[in-house]
Amino acid sequence: MKNHVWRPLFVVIVIVIGILVFRAFYVPSDFGVQERGYTFGYHRLSNEQEWKDYPAKHKGNDYCNECHDDKIEELESAQHGIIPCENCHGAAFDHPNDPEKLTIDRSRGLCLRCHAELIMPSSGRNDIPGIDPVEHNKGEECSECHNPHNPSLEDM
Amino acid sequence: MVEQVAQMVVHGEAWTIKDLFVLPNEYVYWSIQIVLYPYMTGLVAGAFVLSSLYHVFNVEKLKEIARYALVFSFALLPVAMMPLMLHLMQPFRGINVLMTPHFTSAISAFGIVFMTYAFIVAAEIWFVYRKFIVESIYRLTEKQDCTRLERLLLPIYKVISLGAMDISDKALNSDHKAIKFLAALGIPVACFLHGYAGFIFGSVKANALWMTPLMPVIFICSAVVSGIALCIVSYYLFMEIRKWAAKRGKNWLLPDALAQGGTAIPVEQLRSIQEHEVKITSKYLLIFMTAALTLEILDMIFRGYTAVKSWDALRMVIYEHDFMKIFVYQYGIGNFLPFLMLLLPGLTTRRAVIASSLVLFGVFMMRWNVVIGGQAFSLTFAGFMEYSMPIIPHDIETFKEGLGGMLSVIVTPFIIFYFLNMIFPAFMTDNESH
Amino acid sequence: MPQSAQSQPGGYVIMKRRDFLKNTAVFVAGASVSVAALDFIDPKELLAANPELKWGFLVDTYKCVGCGFCVKACKTESDIPFEANVTRTWVERYVIKRDGDVVMDCPKGARDGYTTKLLDENRSGMVEVPDEEIAQAFFVPKLCNHCTTPACVQVCPVGATYQTADGVVLVDWTWCIGCGYCIMGCPYGVRFFHPVERVADKCTFCYHRISKGGNTACAQACPFGARQIGNLKDPNDPVAQAIMTQRVGILRDEYGTKPNVYYIGLNKEVR
Repeated sequence: MKNHVWRPLFVVIVIVIGILVFRAFYVPSDFGVQERGYTFGYHRLSNEQEWKDYPAKHKGNDYCNECHDDKIEELESAQHGIIPCENCHGAAFDHPNDPEKLTIDRSRGLCLRCHAELIMPSSGRNDIPGIDPVEHNKGEECSECHNPHNPSLEDM
Repeated sequence: MVEQVAQMVVHGEAWTIKDLFVLPNEYVYWSIQIVLYPYMTGLVAGAFVLSSLYHVFNVEKLKEIARYALVFSFALLPVAMMPLMLHLMQPFRGINVLMTPHFTSAISAFGIVFMTYAFIVAAEIWFVYRKFIVESIYRLTEKQDCTRLERLLLPIYKVISLGAMDISDKALNSDHKAIKFLAALGIPVACFLHGYAGFIFGSVKANALWMTPLMPVIFICSAVVSGIALCIVSYYLFMEIRKWAAKRGKNWLLPDALAQGGTAIPVEQLRSIQEHEVKITSKYLLIFMTAALTLEILDMIFRGYTAVKSWDALRMVIYEHDFMKIFVYQYGIGNFLPFLMLLLPGLTTRRAVIASSLVLFGVFMMRWNVVIGGQAFSLTFAGFMEYSMPIIPHDIETFKEGLGGMLSVIVTPFIIFYFLNMIFPAFMTDNESH
Repeated sequence: MPQSAQSQPGGYVIMKRRDFLKNTAVFVAGASVSVAALDFIDPKELLAANPELKWGFLVDTYKCVGCGFCVKACKTESDIPFEANVTRTWVERYVIKRDGDVVMDCPKGARDGYTTKLLDENRSGMVEVPDEEIAQAFFVPKLCNHCTTPACVQVCPVGATYQTADGVVLVDWTWCIGCGYCIMGCPYGVRFFHPVERVADKCTFCYHRISKGGNTACAQACPFGARQIGNLKDPNDPVAQAIMTQRVGILRDEYGTKPNVYYIGLNKEVR
């Protein structure tokens, strides 16, 4: 009687079948090889839609323009017209519903992002007027003297 | 906006020290657990290869340690998986590796190879111990005054026997054939299990230190070395404990004796077995060590000679930042010193055990230098990172990726072995030859 | 349905058979998932049928002033906590001295911009390069390259990261096991563990915005037009035209990942 030799194998087969049955229920039905092939496109297809549905927080100047068209028109020709509204006024989210009011960043650090003087030959940074943050009216907010939308003091 | 600062943890920030120009997202993401992972799989593979030396190649001298190595290898098996589970950010999703394996990834094979290997080792143990199991069932059924442990063991044996109660000479003969087949099949699978752990690192093209086709081979050789060394050290230690316990009749330290309801282990016999096995095994250790060392040094020379773009950063790591860890701890204390100790004439058991302990340390340092050393330089080649292992944990993360996690992984196989030894007495001697 | 079946004599038998068929169908469907996983679809065939869209990105390093508004916008847009020291995009500063030495830094991914002449060298402290020693200095914005053959996707063991048909590399947050292999596999260091979700995370090219015809948050926030996203397959697209007609470079092409983020004004010092 030699058949006992195969008994461990039967146990293995039962376990493997068990795993395969579990797999059939565990793996989402849209999981599989998609357009980019097995190497680069093996995934759950519905995740692509989930990423497309990810909520956007920044809405862009056009969105601001829907209500604040008076301001936008005036400011677009100003010195700082190239800076998108949300960079300083904060991301819109669902404004005006949520949040009702945006928090404006008026900090010195915000202005220094561009206007701290650095020696950057071969970079656009060199073309921006810069100050030494340590020497230039230290401790004061920039907006005390400069209009954030049109900061040149001569134009004020 | 959601304020989640309280539960926010940047993985890696707690133990990474950056120097010079390092990219913002770069941290030592693979820390102590990934050092232990190849170390533990290496021990599993090495222990199994040692036991196969007896079963396949009929190296009679290794008979006693072979049985022990097999059971110990089985006790190490679940622990090879433990570092991975401790390392995963989503441990409960670990099953995904089996559910949707993406075979272009080296890690994806883990589930399947690991299970195949576990099946082979389990089946081999079943065949080796079948006669013992059947005999135990008869013995325990007949016995009148069973201890509580024996009452627990009987149903376990009945389940494990899978109903195969035939222990005629013919049946045992086919058992021996099956053992030989499984042991032979197990060697390539064990090598694959560990070789592919090397492949996990060797195939990362983004990492200049890891990317070499030699990596799997180096890993296999050092795996066999560490596995054999661990068998020598632990065999010696267990024998010492057993001698001590046998003298004083402390049966709870002899779980197999406990299971069989009596000591019946003569101290003198234990001593002679211990000396004989340890010395013979260390000869094999020496052979595999030579192979491992040759490959590692070849790899190092080749990198220095070809000196491609990454060499400047690698040289900084190898010769400056990690000099102590590589040349003193790994090669000096962990390789050359035990090499000399094993080669010098008049080898005693104690010297072999000390040498083996140093080898274990050396292989651990090798894993450390590969895994942590591979992350010691930035992708920019212009900055460096250092892993400072968290000693005192302040959250679950620093426990898992620190000293606490390391000790739990190292201690677990011995706990498993203690209980496994009750069911399958690893130090059992029988007069039959396989 | 089951009720009406039971109310009729003999209906019970019919229902049982129906149930049986239904169960069989579930099992067969389930089993076919595992078979389908092994089916190999030829990607070329499908790309040929759908050739009109492939996302690419253009960075003009001359225009970048290192203000870091892109990093700030990205962190808000993608819910990466501002205080967490990981980021989907960042800006590096390169200062090349007259003697050829290069000093680089990237404090906190430049989320606050560059507001000081001191360079942050981590453990080595703050380093100052005297103005007169500076030969050239510039900023290099970095983000995921959405490579044509992404190394990070190849090494994912569970199929939790993938590339869409239009070339964007994404991570399935519900399937990622958090092994970190993709982080190791990426030659550009763009991946990290999300500090809240605790899975691998990376730049998505703002897939939620571009697939609705919008701009990426970083490109929209850049006042100087240093960042642009476009369709590489459309010959009239400004990005595609710039790549076609100007001298542009890519990062670390030696890894063979074929990046889709192109740079104007790249030089050999850029890592």
